[in-house]
Amino acid sequence: MELANDWMNAAHSTGTSIMAATFDGGVVVGADSRTTTGAYIANRVTDKLTKVTDHIYCCRSGSAADTQAIADIVGYHLEFHSMELGEEPLVEVGANVFKELCYNYRDSLSAGILVAGWDKKHGGQIYSIPIGGMCVKQSVSIGGSGSSYVYGYVDSNYKLNMTKDECVKFVITTLALAMSRDGSSGGVVRVGIITEKGVERKVVLGDELPKFFEE
Amino acid sequence: MSSILCPEIPSPGFSFENCRRNAMLEVKGHAMPKAQKTGTTIVGIIYKDGVILGADTRATEDTTVADKNCEKIHYLAPNMYCCGAGTAADTEMTTQMVASQLELHRLYTNRVVRVATANQMLKQYLFRYQGYIGAALVLGGVDSTGPNLYCIYPHGSTDKLPYTTMGSGSLAAMAVFESRWKPDLEEAEGIKLVRDAIAAGIFNDLGSGSNVDVCVIKKGSVDYKRTYDEANIKGQKQNSYKYPRGVTDVLSTKVVDIEEVSVRVIGAPEDMEIA
Repeated sequence: MELANDWMNAAHSTGTSIMAATFDGGVVVGADSRTTTGAYIANRVTDKLTKVTDHIYCCRSGSAADTQAIADIVGYHLEFHSMELGEEPLVEVGANVFKELCYNYRDSLSAGILVAGWDKKHGGQIYSIPIGGMCVKQSVSIGGSGSSYVYGYVDSNYKLNMTKDECVKFVITTLALAMSRDGSSGGVVRVGIITEKGVERKVVLGDELPKFFEE
Repeated sequence: MSSILCPEIPSPGFSFENCRRNAMLEVKGHAMPKAQKTGTTIVGIIYKDGVILGADTRATEDTTVADKNCEKIHYLAPNMYCCGAGTAADTEMTTQMVASQLELHRLYTNRVVRVATANQMLKQYLFRYQGYIGAALVLGGVDSTGPNLYCIYPHGSTDKLPYTTMGSGSLAAMAVFESRWKPDLEEAEGIKLVRDAIAAGIFNDLGSGSNVDVCVIKKGSVDYKRTYDEANIKGQKQNSYKYPRGVTDVLSTKVVDIEEVSVRVIGAPEDMEIA
């Protein structure tokens, strides 16, 4: 009999629903709040939206240990970079530091990251860095196991130059749909709105989430 | 090509080649030595003026109880303690090492060290060893930012939570917290809740048992309650059930004579061989 061995295999929060969408004047990031260890929910109020700089956030999916370590290291590099530069780093630069780590250590990492932020050169931007360490710029991006359920919804409902409120509503709805179909996503929806002014955080509790067709 | 004049420079960083080899040998049927592991219940909560940590005291070696009263709440700093589950040796050595680093950090900065600092040190150390250091920790303490509680996994991921449980008894203990924890508990209520959570682990999880240890940390004081509660007190016997001497009836007696034979072989001692 194996006593106490299941949880030893760490909080691998492989199951996740994360997304980011650009709008007129910034970008909205969102995530569910579930962290799982096998079948057990190790944390039901996780914050998968991690601050990298004042204007750059990342959405983490994959191994919790790997993505937390990467986000810490990138945060360190960008803080140093901004001291040398004397201003806020570009989102593009942040994404490239993420990519460099994810690509160089691709054999030992399992991390799917969305880097989103605002800078004065290009405004709101999103970079998707999936598991092999590729880096692509997108105007809307989804990630994690829950994302496969909502590609169709995103393709048919996302529009460029939405207003802030429209975009926030779109992100919450998409994530609620993903969370309701994906067993390893759930809990609350966490949202971050990144604009020139900084970041505005929101939480949508489980009983406040939009409802859809239910039998 | 290496030579004496031009030695080959070994590749930098850790080498995990033996881990891969061991995994291969295990698949082929080689029995690997077992590490000592504590089937454990450890918990922590934030209450009105600080944090309360709790732990059971059973240490197991496979299915045997190796220690019936071990200490699982480790010292880190005067304002910080840390519960350990997983490989007993790893939790012990990891917390001792970080405790030493935190003391040096306190001396260097001349400030009370923050719980976030200890958390960062522990997660970076555990991440570096990719989960091979089997330490699952509940870190709690009070600093200038107030009470802090972290849950640290062997692979180096951490969660900052108001209440948390770890170890094989974590499910039983979490059930207690999920039904009864609320913000700003009084100290007595908090201790009761932690005791009940550990008791749930002791009674419902095979890997946990014996006593309840509790550690209350608030601003400027620590109250380490070693053996706060004995969950399984042996019942007192109502009577003495000893039989007095000679109460057993002798039904029959039979005496058998044993002929003692001893053989003594006498022979001339052999001469020592001299070459």
